[in-house]
Amino acid sequence: MLAYLVRRLLYALPILIGVNLITFALFFVVNTPDDMARMQLGVKRVTPEAIDKWKAERGYDKPLFINDAASGSAVLTDTIFFSKSARMFAGDFGRAEDGRDIAREITSRMGPSLAIALPTFILGLLVTVSFALLLTFFRASYLDFWGVVLCVAMMSISGLFYIIGGQFLISKIWRLVPISGYGGGLDAWKFVILPVLIGVISGVGSSTRWYRTIFLEEISRDYVRTARAKGLSELVVLFRHVLRNAMIPILTGVVVVIPLLFMGSLLTESFFGIPGLGSYTIDAINAQDFAVVRAMVFIGSLLYIVGLILTDVSYTFVDPRIRFN
Amino acid sequence: MTFLPVILWSDVLIWLLFVAAIVFGALSLRNPLWRTAWQRVGRSRAGMASATVLLVFVGVGLLDSLHYRPRLENAAGPQTATAAPPPTATAAPPPTAYAVEVLSLLDVLLTPLRTRNEKTYSEPLATRAYAKESIESRDAAGELQQSRDYPRLRHGGAHLGADEARRDGDVGDRLLRAVSLAFLAWWAVAAATAAGVARAEACSAPAAWRRIWSNESDFAWNAVLAAVACLLLVALPLAMLAGQYHVFGTDKVGQDVFYQVLKSVRTALVIGLVTTLVTLPLAILLGILAGYFRGWVDDLIQYLYTTLSSIPGVLLIAAAVLMMQVLIDNHPQWFATAAERADLRLLALCFILGVTSWTGLCRLLRGETLKLRELEYIQAAQAFGVTDLRIIGRHIVPNLMHIVIIALVMDFSSLVLAEAVLSYVGIGVDPTMISFGTMINNARMELAREPAVWWSLSAAFVFMFTLVLAANLLADAVRDAFDPRMAGSA
Repeated sequence: MLAYLVRRLLYALPILIGVNLITFALFFVVNTPDDMARMQLGVKRVTPEAIDKWKAERGYDKPLFINDAASGSAVLTDTIFFSKSARMFAGDFGRAEDGRDIAREITSRMGPSLAIALPTFILGLLVTVSFALLLTFFRASYLDFWGVVLCVAMMSISGLFYIIGGQFLISKIWRLVPISGYGGGLDAWKFVILPVLIGVISGVGSSTRWYRTIFLEEISRDYVRTARAKGLSELVVLFRHVLRNAMIPILTGVVVVIPLLFMGSLLTESFFGIPGLGSYTIDAINAQDFAVVRAMVFIGSLLYIVGLILTDVSYTFVDPRIRFN
Repeated sequence: MTFLPVILWSDVLIWLLFVAAIVFGALSLRNPLWRTAWQRVGRSRAGMASATVLLVFVGVGLLDSLHYRPRLENAAGPQTATAAPPPTATAAPPPTAYAVEVLSLLDVLLTPLRTRNEKTYSEPLATRAYAKESIESRDAAGELQQSRDYPRLRHGGAHLGADEARRDGDVGDRLLRAVSLAFLAWWAVAAATAAGVARAEACSAPAAWRRIWSNESDFAWNAVLAAVACLLLVALPLAMLAGQYHVFGTDKVGQDVFYQVLKSVRTALVIGLVTTLVTLPLAILLGILAGYFRGWVDDLIQYLYTTLSSIPGVLLIAAAVLMMQVLIDNHPQWFATAAERADLRLLALCFILGVTSWTGLCRLLRGETLKLRELEYIQAAQAFGVTDLRIIGRHIVPNLMHIVIIALVMDFSSLVLAEAVLSYVGIGVDPTMISFGTMINNARMELAREPAVWWSLSAAFVFMFTLVLAANLLADAVRDAFDPRMAGSA
């Protein structure tokens, strides 16, 4: 197991380096730091001195890969690539445009992101899996038909409308919870409940349909016929046999997103004013804060790779036939 | 020339796709396997009803993809064609100049909607504005009086004159006429369809009529006719009312929302269709190469798509779009008009979406190719010394096409939805380009007003929902027809 994990982590390294190279190419080669400076400073205030100052403040005035002017190891380390991209592996993301340390900002914003994303994830999984099981139980009936119709209709609605509609109905018309905001402590539930509810509802359509397909595929297998033939009730068949055998395809899609929960949801957080990583990213995009976007890309892919490894590990728990060697 | 044709890149691509779809459809009908698959799609009632609806959307999009610049009446006049003063006879004939405003054929058809702008918000079918304003008027004594009231709209219900109370009656009257017209039009279409079916199946027209409605014909004509009925019932009243009123109200700057919704259709179609032009070649080429040649080619391609797909989609798109913005902003000289810049930005967005979303299809195709290349007939071809290129072209690609078709129709709706989200995040289409995303983005704060401004959002919602739902239903029908795993159950 341990050897397997180490090997997987070593496999992950080239992928992370690839991600790093892609982002580096996007941010520094497609556009030179001069272009970024011109963009940030605006057309009016652009002078060669202003550009040089902007670059020097952010450490963009170095050569890209090889610094001929330096000596010793500084030939490679005193470059944009090393100081901006390679340092990310050590957890050093540099500073945002407003001068704050990005790494510290990220750790302090993870909490609110998780407070929304984790309940949404767990509740959403429970709701969609049970709904899909319900549809499977009543398969080929009117309930199933209209359930699928409902799912298709629900997945045809943009996520934006769920949020806008939910805020309008629940917060403005019914005045049940505040429209947006976030508070720590015991009052937090007031702010968390609406985003979580909307997050769960907006995911019902596509997930339910997906799980229903998986369950229907399992239910036509031979072992299900055997289970029915030996006299098991349909409910027992569904929960003891179909659900457990469907775990592998379900886990494939589900476990991978667990680490990404830290990143929060861009839309939900920006609409509800939650000070998490999602709204941090959106603000960075709108302010064209390249350092933050680069850091988020790196963390996002790191978490995704962790998710892939977790997925493999989770297989061993649900399927004893799978072993690492 | 009274106009200067403008060929935008997205116009070329969308017409190219349209022609390619027709050619591909005609070619695939020759292949018996494909023909039966398409016939299965044709029998699906939900599929055909949604295809009818989609055709209308595509028609609007295609009309909106023929652009031109109208000639200015007077080169010295203002820069817009509509506001140009009539040419004076004494002036020497000025050199021909064209407006910087790029219009499309759809704009011409919708000229009244496009030009009749109000000052600001107004409700659907309203005759007065949404917000109160100071109005100056003269009373009986000729004194200047100031009062605060809802000002009369310049164009909404202008034909009623001072008699605003007649509005409800007028609207009802128009609705009644539109509905009866829709009824007549539908009967005409239905009768023509029955005649056509009667001719094709060599039976009498009443018999054909019965076959259509008892679901016995080989094509889901009843679903098509039902969809046509719904479309007529929606389109004709809208057309009847749009001439005199703002059917869906006006937005913050007084632009007609109905016009905006119709313009959004093209943006959604371009995003949904042109993106596949990037996705398909990448996914097909790399997927087949990886699966067929294996070895280091496979390793390299797998590494490439694992790396790309490990970056969360939105973030990669955000990074790429930010960089593209820098590029576009630093090179204003590349674009003659604002429309061209917006158009290039739209295409760049399609390109970025395509580059970030080919990985899933590529993985599928690689797996399928791995399976195919072990089959006997391909090994036989290899044993006969057929070249790799020929094997791929003759044996592998045709056997992968069903996956490609399914992926293509399934991706369309998710891309349309993605556009709205990306535009909200600020990394979508150009803010000057009308799209569902920019409409939602501009209107989302207005629900907080008292009374709420709901019409912009609702119109965008209804049109977007219809488009995506139709696409989803058609995608399901196509998947059911083409997926070999479904063949047994159908």
